[in-house]
Amino acid sequence: MTLRNRWRKTLSYVMLSLTGVCALVAVCILFLMLGYLVYNGWRSVDWDFFTKLPKSPGETGGGMANAIVGSFQIILLATVIGLPVGFMAGIYLSEFGGKTFAFLVRYMADLLNGVPSIVIGIFAYAVIVIPMHVNSALAGGFALAVMLVPITARSTEQFMSSVPQTLREGALALGASKWKTIATVVVPAAYRGIATGMILGVARIAGETAPLLFTSGNNAYMSSGFTQPTASLPVMIFLRATAPYEDWHRQAWAAGMVLLLLVLLANIAARLILSRGIAVQK
Amino acid sequence: MSAPPPTGARALFLRLRSGDEVARLITLAFASSILLVTVGLVYQLWVTSSLPRHKFGFGFLTSSMWNPVTGQFGALPFIYGTVFTSAIALFISVPLGVGAAIFLAELAPPRISSTFTFFIELLAAVPSVIFGVLAIFTLVPLMRDYVEPFLKKTLGGLPIFSGPVFGFGYLTAGVILAIMTLPFVISISREALLEVPTEQREAALALGATRWESTWQAVVPYARLGIFGSIFLGLARALGETMAVTMVIGNDPSIHASLFAPGYTIAAIIANEFSEATGDLYLQSLVELGLVLFLLTIVINALARLLIIATTRRGSAQP
Amino acid sequence: MASVGRKARAAGLDQHNLTNLDAKLKKESCMKKSSFWLGAFGALAVLLMVAQAKVLINAAGATFPYPIYGKWFEEFGKTNPDAQINYQSIGSGGGIRQFSEGTVDFGASDMPMTDEQIGKFKSKPLHFPTVLGGIVPTYNIPGVTQELKFTPEALAGIYLGKLKKWNDPELAKANPGVKLPVNDIVVVHRSDGSGTSFVFTDYLSKVSPEWKSKVGASTSVSWPTGLGDKGNEGVAGIVKQTPYSIGYVELIYVLQNKMAYGSLRNAAGVFLKADLESVTEAAASAAKSMPADFRVSITNAPGKKAYPIATFTYLLIPSKIEDQGKKKAIVTFLHWMLTDGQKYAASLGYAPLPKDVVGKEEKQIALIQ
Repeated sequence: MTLRNRWRKTLSYVMLSLTGVCALVAVCILFLMLGYLVYNGWRSVDWDFFTKLPKSPGETGGGMANAIVGSFQIILLATVIGLPVGFMAGIYLSEFGGKTFAFLVRYMADLLNGVPSIVIGIFAYAVIVIPMHVNSALAGGFALAVMLVPITARSTEQFMSSVPQTLREGALALGASKWKTIATVVVPAAYRGIATGMILGVARIAGETAPLLFTSGNNAYMSSGFTQPTASLPVMIFLRATAPYEDWHRQAWAAGMVLLLLVLLANIAARLILSRGIAVQK
Repeated sequence: MSAPPPTGARALFLRLRSGDEVARLITLAFASSILLVTVGLVYQLWVTSSLPRHKFGFGFLTSSMWNPVTGQFGALPFIYGTVFTSAIALFISVPLGVGAAIFLAELAPPRISSTFTFFIELLAAVPSVIFGVLAIFTLVPLMRDYVEPFLKKTLGGLPIFSGPVFGFGYLTAGVILAIMTLPFVISISREALLEVPTEQREAALALGATRWESTWQAVVPYARLGIFGSIFLGLARALGETMAVTMVIGNDPSIHASLFAPGYTIAAIIANEFSEATGDLYLQSLVELGLVLFLLTIVINALARLLIIATTRRGSAQP
Repeated sequence: MASVGRKARAAGLDQHNLTNLDAKLKKESCMKKSSFWLGAFGALAVLLMVAQAKVLINAAGATFPYPIYGKWFEEFGKTNPDAQINYQSIGSGGGIRQFSEGTVDFGASDMPMTDEQIGKFKSKPLHFPTVLGGIVPTYNIPGVTQELKFTPEALAGIYLGKLKKWNDPELAKANPGVKLPVNDIVVVHRSDGSGTSFVFTDYLSKVSPEWKSKVGASTSVSWPTGLGDKGNEGVAGIVKQTPYSIGYVELIYVLQNKMAYGSLRNAAGVFLKADLESVTEAAASAAKSMPADFRVSITNAPGKKAYPIATFTYLLIPSKIEDQGKKKAIVTFLHWMLTDGQKYAASLGYAPLPKDVVGKEEKQIALIQ
């Protein structure tokens, strides 16, 4: 073998191994990070974390019960507003859409998807917090809903479009009107994908912090309504991690672990639903 | 025999009764809400930044003075910080990501490829604030005590490696951004590479290329549009990233050349100062920064999607 | 025609589905169980909301007094269970801003509001000093366990970026016998709108003409150098973790976190550490000549025992409160703060208000309508 060929072969071997190293590094980063987080979080989390309210600075103990409930309140609001709107919009895009209007809506949805979450926070602040004169779960939920709508719309559209035309034609041929077809045939056929899209969307907004900073604010107590400042897990994590108190760091780890596990579980569940659906259709 | 088809109002009434029209109108209303929100967003950003726009005009984009005391506001340090940290992020994540994508698409057996991809895509789902927490407690000490002093010792002559070492700063922010953009680069590049028809590889190999040469010179160029698309998508994500960056960038609204220096990004300053800006000019300047960021991410996102569409269209047009 | 029907049936459809007129456009969740639990949890959240018949008061502002305010609102809540005061420590700038916008019921700030800020209100808001505190220079120098002495020139020089290394002659002069390292000083300041920053820069403006002309005094200045972070908590956090760093924070934060802090040379030339006595002394001369609206600056106060960077911190209370429940709660709290509340000050590193000031404030409470 000539020298040049030997060089080429070695180069090939080296470069391809490097790519393997890259992949390994990428996966290792994930495991290292998550492992460290779970390790620290596991040591820090206790029953108090889920049941007690936070204490004033410098005192140890307390928990994040208000943040957990608050996050739930905000996410509930966001899903109640965002999921139906996104779902309906997705149905429009896949079933009824004309050429130009649907294109415009799709374009705007993708645009909205790409807007940094902090800018959406500014929008929610101007539209809800200023007129209402108070930081509220409503404002935070609205901001998250604005993020949820395009995600849900696009994924609903995607899965509805992938339902074969024959199903629709069969129903229409049997005398069903268009909306009945959609409701009883197309949507049930696509429900796995739609549900997956929804779960992934909610999981994504559950971890958002930036839009909540100046919309829902924070609360030292349980928030007693959607029109009061509301504590949330991501905001509390941010505040606790950037403070000097060791005990607060401990709580940041615990909260981080809880949040991460919830988000990851939702993601894994969504993917399993989708993959099981695909297997069944075969 | 058959009556002429009803026209006008009666036609509308009949259509409404059939339910289809109602369904269409209802879903149309929801779909238009997306339009409404987007237009409302742009309008709100525009209107709520009128004071600084009139006062500074385009000078806002070129001024590097951010002084709430004297009422002088300029966007340059933040644009610089945003672009600089994103550039660092891409510098790290693109080679790493494309390399990993090549491995996953070309070399790995399908089971390993899909398992690895599954885990890497999980990385994309991790919330930003959690990256931030990890960065503060692990990355910053690592940078401050090992990496940055090492770089300073070996490459300290260059201005990009000069200055005191804080741990917080552009480099740390860039590294955490790299970790956050990595999953996007990997998964989209991998899909772009998988789209490449096997004939390309086989042709190259038949001509005597090594495995690497076939990959690097035949497959990757074929998929380059998709790969560029993934880079732009990663860039778009990095530009708008708020929490992780806020926690490690050091919050200094000035321009520094050194990687070790603290800086500021648009998203970070909005997150830090929005709820406390006293005075209309101050607050509206922050909103104008938001507008700048918004426009920046739109442009990059549009480019990204164009590139990705171009790949798939190219791919499907092949016989 | 028949084949279409067969196809449709093969795809899993039957007449029942198609003739079901009650089918709604909304999809039926495939996770019925989870939606049940979701609903149950939601109901619980709603119940929680309804169950609270308390007066809810939102406040926000300075991080400087956050440790004691947190304690106060907690203790006050024990004796007055129908009032719940939610205080968010976002910085004095934020306190003033949110108070001006009306998104909180009252604010808190170390820096008294300027005439311009007050002018935005229809009826003039009232300042209520709550405690006195001292701002200390805290540092983290590995290997140096002795207490460092800082001259005004040194402090100004460090924050101006001119004094770059720990073993600079200016610092060495004031600290003979301490082996100062050659490392660069990592300067840390506030990145948010901070009353603590205002007091600190106010002091620097008084002792350094260069600082006054170059930077000035405000809640948010253009810092010549250094890292920024949010809140007293953030600055303390960075200094605690970063070797060779220096920052300025309220006394309680260094005490609670067991951090090192130095002494400052006051106007009379004496090096003093911040403590109960020196901070109280700083307010002594001001207390006598206190203006009616309590807006004073007591930095660099005269007196041999006066700590140079001390300040009152204020609650910003509207002079007209429409909600009677809130008004009652706030007035009750103010009375409590001036009597029982003051007892907590010392244990948390703050100095209680001078007696004359307390008297004047009691009278001001009557001004709230």
